[in-house]
Amino acid sequence: MLIIPCPHCGARDYTEFRYGGDASRPRPAHGTGSMDEWHDYVFVFDNPKGMHREYWQHVQGCRQWLVVERNTATNELSSARLAREATRP
Amino acid sequence: MKHRYSAAALARHALTGKPWPRAWRAATPKPDYDVVIIGGGGHGLATAYYLAANHGIKRVAVLERAYIGSGNVGRNTTIVRSNYMMPGNTEFFEHSMKLWEGLSHELNFNVMLSQRGQVVLAHGPSQFDVLARRGNIMRLNGIDAELLERDEVKALLPYLDYSAESRFPIFGGLLQRRAGTARHDAVAWGYARAADDHGVDIIENCEVIGFERNQDRITGVRTTRGAIGAGRTLISVAGHTSQVAAMAGLRLPVESHLLQAFVTEAIKPLVDHVISFGAELFYLSQSDKGGLVFGGHIDGFNTYTQRGQFHKVQNVAECAVAVMPSISRLRLLRHWAGIQDMTPDGSPFMGRTPLANLWLNGGWCYQGFKATPAAGWCMAHTVAHGEEHPLVRHLSLDRFKSGNGHDEHAHGNWTYKQ
Repeated sequence: MLIIPCPHCGARDYTEFRYGGDASRPRPAHGTGSMDEWHDYVFVFDNPKGMHREYWQHVQGCRQWLVVERNTATNELSSARLAREATRP
Repeated sequence: MKHRYSAAALARHALTGKPWPRAWRAATPKPDYDVVIIGGGGHGLATAYYLAANHGIKRVAVLERAYIGSGNVGRNTTIVRSNYMMPGNTEFFEHSMKLWEGLSHELNFNVMLSQRGQVVLAHGPSQFDVLARRGNIMRLNGIDAELLERDEVKALLPYLDYSAESRFPIFGGLLQRRAGTARHDAVAWGYARAADDHGVDIIENCEVIGFERNQDRITGVRTTRGAIGAGRTLISVAGHTSQVAAMAGLRLPVESHLLQAFVTEAIKPLVDHVISFGAELFYLSQSDKGGLVFGGHIDGFNTYTQRGQFHKVQNVAECAVAVMPSISRLRLLRHWAGIQDMTPDGSPFMGRTPLANLWLNGGWCYQGFKATPAAGWCMAHTVAHGEEHPLVRHLSLDRFKSGNGHDEHAHGNWTYKQ
C-alpha cells in the first residue's frame, strides 16, 4: 500500500487521501491565456516515468492539500509538504 | 499459408512426432520499411496484418521491446462486446465484434471466441431505464440486445444474490448474446503468425530509443538494434505512449494508470456468461480452466509500477461477494496489473499527429482488447491511405481544442474520479 507521510497526521494509507494530479504546472490566471494554453493546462499531461510533483488531499484526516514528490516508476515518495508552503518549482 | 493448422495437420504431427514449425520467423531488421509499427501488442500486430492482407503493403516491421504477448494483450480480462451507445462507439465496436466473429477462420488460428453472452445488471428502476435506452440504441444500429426483467435475470443467472438482504438488489439487466470472451494470447499469436505469413517482419527485443526526423517529417526510428528507415511510422504501444511520443517532441492528453485483474482457484463450471455489476465497476466471468476472472477500476493515480495497490483487491473482492455471496470462500490465486493509457474523455486517439508520417493509435483506457480487430483494421486503412477511416474520425488527437470530447460514460476526466 502506498503510504503518504502527512505533515500533520503522520504516515497514512493513500486510501485516506484524494489524488489531485500534477502540481508542477501553474494554472493560468482567470481571464488570461489563449485557448491553446488552457487546452494544454486542462487536457495535456507530462505523464513522466520518474519524479512527479502531485497534489493529494488528506480528506479523511486533516483535510489539508499536500504537494508530494513521487517516483512513478517505483512509487517511492521523496517528500510531502503542505501545498500552501510548497514553493513552485 | 505455408503451414496451415487443421485437423489433418494435427493428426499428421501426432502420428509422425514431427515438431511444429515456428509460428513466425525471428526476423532481423532491414534498413528500411514502408511502414514501421512501434509496439507488438494486439493492435500493432493486427494493424500489420491488415496492412498486408487488405492494402497490399507488405514491407512492414513490427518492433516489440520485449516479446509478443508480454504487454496488455496478455494482461486483460479477455471480454469482447459491442454494447456501446454513443454515435461513433456503437458502429466502431460492432465492426470489431463482426471481425471477432470471423477471426479464427481469417487467421487460421483458434482465438477461442466464446460468445457466451454478457449481462449488465441494473440495481434500480432508473438504472434499468438507462439500460433500456442503451439497448434501444444498439438495436437501432442492428446490434443484438435484450432487456431482461428481474425474473429473467434470475432464470439466466440463478447463482447471484436475489435475497431480501441483498446490498444491491438486482432489478433487471441488459443481455448481449453475441458478446463473450476470446483467448487473449491466441489473438496476439494468431495475428503475428498471419502477418508473418504475408511477409511482415516481427522484430522482438527491439526497443525504440528515438526518431529520425527531417524538420517536421518523421523518416525512421532509432532502436536498440540499429536505425530503421520508415515511410510511415505508427505508435501503437499502450502504457508508455507518452514516453514514445515524447521522443518525437509530442505531449499527449494521456496519463498512465494501473488496472488490476484477478483469478480465483478453479471451480466446476458455474458462470457461463460475462456479468457486469451495476453498482460499481466490476465484472466477472469463468475461464476455461475454471478460475473466476475479476476486473475492477483503475488504482486512481498515475504510475508505471505494474503492481497494484491492495485497496483495489479488497474493493474487487467486496463487489464479487456483494453480487455472488456463494463465492465468499474462494481463494484468489493471483492478481496482476497492466499499465493503461487514460485519456480525459475515456476514448482513444487514432489518426494523425502534428508530425508528417507519424501516426498514433493509443489512449485505449479500458477498451483496448475488445477493440483489437477493428483498431488494427481501421488503423491499417488510415496509414495506407494517409487519411483517417470514417469509423475513427471522431478520435482525433486535437478533439478537445474544438470541444469534441467523446465521453461514453459522461464521467469527464476519469483519471481523478475516484
